[in-house]
Amino acid sequence: VAAPLRYSAWRLLREGLRGQTGWAPAWRSPTPRPRYDVVIIGGGGHGLATAFYLARVHGVTNVAVLEKGWIGGGNSGRNTTIIRSDYYYPQSIALYGLALDLYEKLSNELNYNIMFSQRGMVVTGHSRHDMEAIARLTGAMRLQGVDVRMLDRADVRDRVPVLDCSPQARFPVWGGYVQERAGTARHDAVVWGYARAADALGVDIIQNCEVTGIETGAGGVFNAVQTNLGRIGAEKAALVVAGNSSRLADMAGFRLPILSYGLQAFVTEPVKPVLDVVSRSLATGLYISQSDKGGLVFGGALDLYPSYAQRGNLPTAARVIGAVAEQYPSFGPIRLLRQWSGVVDVVHDSSPILGESPVPGLYLNCGWGTGGFKAIPAGGALLAHHLATGAPHPIAAPFALNRFATGALIDEAAGAGIAH
Amino acid sequence: VTGERVAAGGDIDRNRPLRFRFDGRQYGGFAGDSLASALLANGVGVVGRSFKLHRPRGLLAAGVEEPNAIVTVGRGPGAGVNLRATEVELFDGLDARAVNCWPSARFDVAAINGLASRFLAAGFYYKTFMWPHWRLFEPAIRRAAGLGRPTREPDPVRHDELNAHCEVLVVGAGVAGLAAARAAARTGVRIILAEQSPRVGGALRWRDARIEGTPGKAWADQVAEDLANMPDVRVLTRTTAVGYFDHNTLALVQRPSPGESQSGLRLWRVRAAQVVLATGALERPLVFPGNDRPGVMLASAVRRYLFEFGVRAGHRLVVFTRHDDAYDLVEPWLAAGGEVAMLVDARVNGPADRIARLRDLGIEVRLGASVTCTRGTPILSAVDVQSCDGGSQRIRADVLAMSGGWNPALDLFRQSGGKAIWDPRIEAFRPLMSVQAERSCGAAAGTLDLSTAVADGEAAGSEAASGAPQRSPCAPAVDSERRPAWQVDAPGKAFVDFQNDVTAADIALATRENFVSVEHLKRYTTLGMAVDQGKTSGVNGLAILGELTGREIAQVGTTSARFPYTPVDLGAFAGLARGELFRPRRHMPAHGWHVARGAVFEEYGGWTRPSSYPREGETTLAAEQREALAVRQAAGLFDGSPLGKIEVVGPDAPRFLDLIYANVMSNLKVGRARYGLMLNDHGVILDDGVTARLAEDRFLVGTTGAGASRIAEWLEEWLQCEWPQLRVLTAPVTTAWGVATLSGPKARQILRAVGSDIDLAAESFPHMAFREGRVADIPARVFRVSYTGDLSFEINVPADRTEELWNRLMAVGAPSGLEPVGLDAWMLLRTEKGYLHLGGDTDGTTNALDVGWGHILKRKTDFIGRRSLIRREDQRGDRFQFVGLEPDDLTRPLPVGAHLRTPGEVMNGPTEGYVTSSGFSPHLARAVSLGMVRGGRSRLGERVQVVTEQGLRYAKIASPGVFDPSGARLNA
Repeated sequence: VAAPLRYSAWRLLREGLRGQTGWAPAWRSPTPRPRYDVVIIGGGGHGLATAFYLARVHGVTNVAVLEKGWIGGGNSGRNTTIIRSDYYYPQSIALYGLALDLYEKLSNELNYNIMFSQRGMVVTGHSRHDMEAIARLTGAMRLQGVDVRMLDRADVRDRVPVLDCSPQARFPVWGGYVQERAGTARHDAVVWGYARAADALGVDIIQNCEVTGIETGAGGVFNAVQTNLGRIGAEKAALVVAGNSSRLADMAGFRLPILSYGLQAFVTEPVKPVLDVVSRSLATGLYISQSDKGGLVFGGALDLYPSYAQRGNLPTAARVIGAVAEQYPSFGPIRLLRQWSGVVDVVHDSSPILGESPVPGLYLNCGWGTGGFKAIPAGGALLAHHLATGAPHPIAAPFALNRFATGALIDEAAGAGIAH
Repeated sequence: VTGERVAAGGDIDRNRPLRFRFDGRQYGGFAGDSLASALLANGVGVVGRSFKLHRPRGLLAAGVEEPNAIVTVGRGPGAGVNLRATEVELFDGLDARAVNCWPSARFDVAAINGLASRFLAAGFYYKTFMWPHWRLFEPAIRRAAGLGRPTREPDPVRHDELNAHCEVLVVGAGVAGLAAARAAARTGVRIILAEQSPRVGGALRWRDARIEGTPGKAWADQVAEDLANMPDVRVLTRTTAVGYFDHNTLALVQRPSPGESQSGLRLWRVRAAQVVLATGALERPLVFPGNDRPGVMLASAVRRYLFEFGVRAGHRLVVFTRHDDAYDLVEPWLAAGGEVAMLVDARVNGPADRIARLRDLGIEVRLGASVTCTRGTPILSAVDVQSCDGGSQRIRADVLAMSGGWNPALDLFRQSGGKAIWDPRIEAFRPLMSVQAERSCGAAAGTLDLSTAVADGEAAGSEAASGAPQRSPCAPAVDSERRPAWQVDAPGKAFVDFQNDVTAADIALATRENFVSVEHLKRYTTLGMAVDQGKTSGVNGLAILGELTGREIAQVGTTSARFPYTPVDLGAFAGLARGELFRPRRHMPAHGWHVARGAVFEEYGGWTRPSSYPREGETTLAAEQREALAVRQAAGLFDGSPLGKIEVVGPDAPRFLDLIYANVMSNLKVGRARYGLMLNDHGVILDDGVTARLAEDRFLVGTTGAGASRIAEWLEEWLQCEWPQLRVLTAPVTTAWGVATLSGPKARQILRAVGSDIDLAAESFPHMAFREGRVADIPARVFRVSYTGDLSFEINVPADRTEELWNRLMAVGAPSGLEPVGLDAWMLLRTEKGYLHLGGDTDGTTNALDVGWGHILKRKTDFIGRRSLIRREDQRGDRFQFVGLEPDDLTRPLPVGAHLRTPGEVMNGPTEGYVTSSGFSPHLARAVSLGMVRGGRSRLGERVQVVTEQGLRYAKIASPGVFDPSGARLNA
C-alpha cells in the first residue's frame, strides 16, 4: 500500500495552483478477498475506528470493513455531533473519558481535520430536584476528575444569552453545570478520517456489501459471512451496526436486549453566530448547538414507538422544535431547513454492549442508545484491543453482554436522575 | 440586467403602488408583486451574494427554488431571516436587506474571497487548519459563515395550529390539481386543496393555454371559486405542504397575507384518506462557465416575471436550452418589446416546427451549440456561443434564459416513501410506485403537456375520491431527442449549486477522491445542502457524477427527500403551545386557596404545589421551619391531592396486587391499609405508597404524585399484555379526589371539632386503618397513615369540595395552632422521621434490598422483580444502601448531593455515597440527613468525610430517622 498524500496547507496551496488534479482517492474501493483475519460488519464511525486501531495499534491489517450502503450512512452521519464525557459511574467516566482524550488528538492522528470544537456544554436545571441531581452528578464527576463545574443562574445567562433565563419562563432556569472540554465535531469528517487512515494502513473498506448471513462451523464458532458480493471468511468478526444490531444478531442466532427507536434531529438554515456553546435542558431534554456553517442543530426525544424506519413522526418533531421556540424566544423566526432520523439501540441501562457475543469469534459493539458518536474513538480502540488480544480491555470489561444476566447494570439514566 | 416593467399585463394591481426598501435604497412596486419581481422591475441586478465566494448574484428563479436572493425582512423582534425574495409578497414599507454581505449586495467587501477561490475547492477545510490547532481558525470561519443575522429580541409572533381530516387532500392548484379537486369534489367528500402561491393556476399563470375553451388563468380562477363555494371543500392558498409522514399525515404551513407581519403562520396537521400530489415541476439550470452571472436566469423564471408580474427581465435575450419548452419564451418576449439575439439549443435535433416558426420571425436558432462563457461586470453584457463546428461568436445580451429541462417536484412523493424511476425519455425522475395512499398527476407525474393535464388530474381526483388503488402513472410524452452532455466543456467556473458555490470542478474533485456515493458527494461538496435543498442542483449534480463515473443516473441513485419541503419558522411548530400552554401546568383542586394564602409554588413531579406559605417579610426557609414546628407542636394541614389513587377491582385483584407489589397485599383486611413497594423487572424500586382494602374485591392503590399516571399505565400493561386471564379492572381516580392531610398531636382534636361520623379514637381507628364516612359533612375516605411520624389523617373528599374542606379545617383548627404546610416542611418532617422519599433518596438503580427490604425474598409467591433480586449482583453487600447521616457539626445541615469519602483515602476516585435528603429540624434543634452509602447498613457508627463546595466535613453513618424512634407519636 502506497503511503497516502499528507494533507496540509502547503499541499492545498500546491493543488490550488495546479487545478486540484493531484489528489488521490481518500480510500480505495477494493474487491473483497475470500478471507480476512478480521471482518468488521458496519462501516460507521465505530467500525472504521475499530479497523484503524487494529491496524495502527495492533498491527492487524488483514481486515475488511463491510458496509451495506455508503460509509457513515447510519447514525455516524445522523447525529447532532456532540462530544462530552459528563457521566456518573466510574465505568462510564473511564469509557467516555477515553473517547474524549482520543478525540482531542484525532485530527492530528488521522491527518484529517475533524473540526473538534471544544466550545463547552452547558446543562441547565429547572427545578430543585434538577439542582440536587446536578449537585450529586457534578460532585461524583469532580471526584473522578471530569472537568465539570456547577453554574448559577447568572452564569448560565452569561454563557447562553439566547436562552430564556427569566423567572417568567415556563421552566425557569435555576442553574446548571458546564463541561468545558465538551463540544462538537464534524461527524462525516470523523468517518472519512478513520476510513482514509485505515485504508492507508491496508484495511479494505467494501461499500455496497450487505451481510445476508452469518456462518458458523464446528462448535458454533464463527466462520464466515454471506454477502451480496459472496462469502467472506474470517478468523473473527465484529457486529458494529447500531440500529440493526438485533437484526444481525438474529442472523447469528442470538437475541440482544435491544429495542430500536427512531431519534430525530433537525437543522435550521444557516445564520450568523448566536449560540457559542452546546446547550442542554433537563426540563425539556432539548440539546442544541450551532454548527460552523451557521445552522442550529438540535434534537430532544426518541420517537414514540420502536421502529427500524429512518424517518421521524410529526408529533415528536413538533414537540422538539416547539421546545426550541419556547426556550430560545428569539429563535422563532429562524427557519427549519431539514429533519432526519436515525435508529438507535436502546438497552435498559443506557450503556453500550462491548465484547463477546454468544457466538465464539463474533464480537459486539452496540447498544449506544442516543450517544454513540461521542464514543467512537473509544468504541473502536476497545473493540480492536479485544479482537487483537483476545481479552477485553479493563475499560470495556464492565460493558459485557453478560451484565444483563448477572445484574451488574451501569444505569446512567437512572443513576444520575438525568437522561443521557 | 436592465429589467423593466412593461406597459400592461401581469397579476399585479397597478392602481396600488407600494414603496419598499432594499439594502437601504427606496424603490416602488405594486400590490401583487413579489419582492423579487419588484427588484427586477426596478432594474436591480445584484440581489445577493453566494455563501462561500461572495460572488454577485442575480435572480435565478421566480419561486421556491431560488438560491440567490436571500434577504432579511424587517428589523427588531420577529424580523424574518433568510427569506427568499421570490416568496416575499410585497407590502408597503417593506424593508429588506441582502444577507451575508457588507455593506450591500452590490458592493461586498468579502468578495475578496473570490480571489482565493482556486484554493477553496470542495472540502478544503478537511485538509488544513489542523496545525497548530483548529481553535485558532474556527472563530473567523464561524463569523464568515451563516446567512442572515437573526435578532436577539424575543419573537412576538404567535402562530396557530389546526388539525383537519379529509377524504382527499390535493397538493398544488395548477391545472392538474384543480381538475383533481373538482373531480373529487363532485363525489361530495371532504376535500382540502393546498396551493403554495397566493394565486391558483400554477403554470396557467405564465403559459399561453386555453383549458376547456377558456383562457387558462380565467379557467383556474373560476374552478377555484366554484370549489371554494362548495360546503366540504377548503381551498387554501399561500399554503405549502412541507411534510409527508406515515399514515397519510401531512404538515401544511399557511402564510398570512403580505404585511401582516404580526400574524403568524398556521400549521395544519392533515390526515387524509387519499392524497393527490399535483406539485408540478421545477426547471433545471444548465451547467456552463459563467452560468451564475446576474442576468442568467431560468427560462421559466423569465416567463413568470413577464406573465405574472409584467416585468421584462432585460432587453436583449439569448435563450440557451436543451428542452423544447424554452422555445415558447421567444414570442412573448418579442411581444413585450424585447429583442431576441439568438436561441442556442445544445441538442443537434430541436423541435422542427418551433424552429421553423422562430426562423420565420427572423430569430437565429443554433443547434448543437453551447454558451461557453458569459461576460459583464457584474451584470451580463454578452455571451460566447460555440457552434458544433467549433466556431465561437460573441453575442451581446443582457438576459440569458436557460433551460436544462424539468424535474417533477417529487419531494413529497419521496417523503411518503414512494419510489421514483429515472426516465431517460424525459430526462427526469418520475413517480414509479406509491407506498402510501397517494397518487401523482400532471407535471408532478412527468408530463408538461397542459392539454392532457385536465384529464390526468380528473382521473386522479375521482379515483382518489372513490379510494381506488393507484395505477402506475402512464408514460409521459417524449420531448425532442436529447444527447448533449450535462455540462458544457469549456474553461471557467460552471456552477451546479449556486448558493453553496459548488461547481462542476468540485464534483470532479470529489469523484477523484472517491466520494462517488451520491450521499458522500453531497456531504463532501455541500451540493444540495443550501437553503434550497438542491431544488435546482440535485439532478444536475447526479448527472455530472454519473458522467464522471461512467454510470447511468439510475445507478447513481438519489439522496433522501426530507421534511420540510421549504424552510419553516421554528415558531410555527410550537403553535399555540407557548408560555403557560407550552407544557400545561397541573394544578390541585384547592390551588386557589393556596394562592390566596400567599403560597410559594414549585413544580414537583409535574404538579404545581406549595413549597411553603411565607408570611409577610418571612423567608421561605423561615416559613419552612415555622410550618414544621407547627406540625410537631400542634398540627399542620398539607395538600396531598397529587398522590396517585387507582382503584383495583375484581375477584383476582388480591392475586394481581401480590404480583405487582414486592410485599403481600392479599392478606390485608378490609378497612386496613399497608405501605408497599412496587419493583420493575430489574428489582429496582418503581414506586411506593399506601394501599387500602375497601372491600374483599376492591383495593385503592396509592402511588407517588409523580407516579400517578405512570403506575396506572404499568398496571394496565401487565394486565393487558401478560395476565389477560386475571379478572381485574383498574380505574385511575387520582384527580377525582382532593386530599387534605391533617398531621400533628392536635390532629384528632381538630378533626373531631370539624365534625365527623367516624369513630376517631385510637383503639377503633388505629394507625394504618381506613374509614369511609363524612368529615365536615362532606363524604370522605379517611386514611390513618403518616409521612411525618406524627398522628395523621389523610382526608380524601370529592375534588370539587376540597377547598370547602380546607376552609372548614382551617377555621376550626387555627385557634389550636393549625398551619398550612408546604412541601419544604413536609419533606423536612419525613427526613426527621427517616421515611424514604422515592426519586429523592432512591434512584433508578435502588432495589428493594438496598432500602432494607430483604424479608420479601422469604415470600412464597412470585412478584415482579423477584427474579432479579436473587442475583448475586443485587445482593452484594457493597451496594448503596439507605441510611441516616449524623453530621459532626449538628448546627449545619449537609448539602444534598454532596459525596462521601472514607477518611484518609486519596481524594479522587469513585464515591462512597452521597447525601440524598437534608435539613435543619427546629423541633430537635439539629441537622438531620439521609443518604445512600456503599454497604451502609453494615457500617453504622462509622465516620465518613463529606465533600462539600465549602470544604470537607464529617458525619457518622446511622440508622435512618431520629424522630420518635419508639413510634409513640405515630400511634398516638
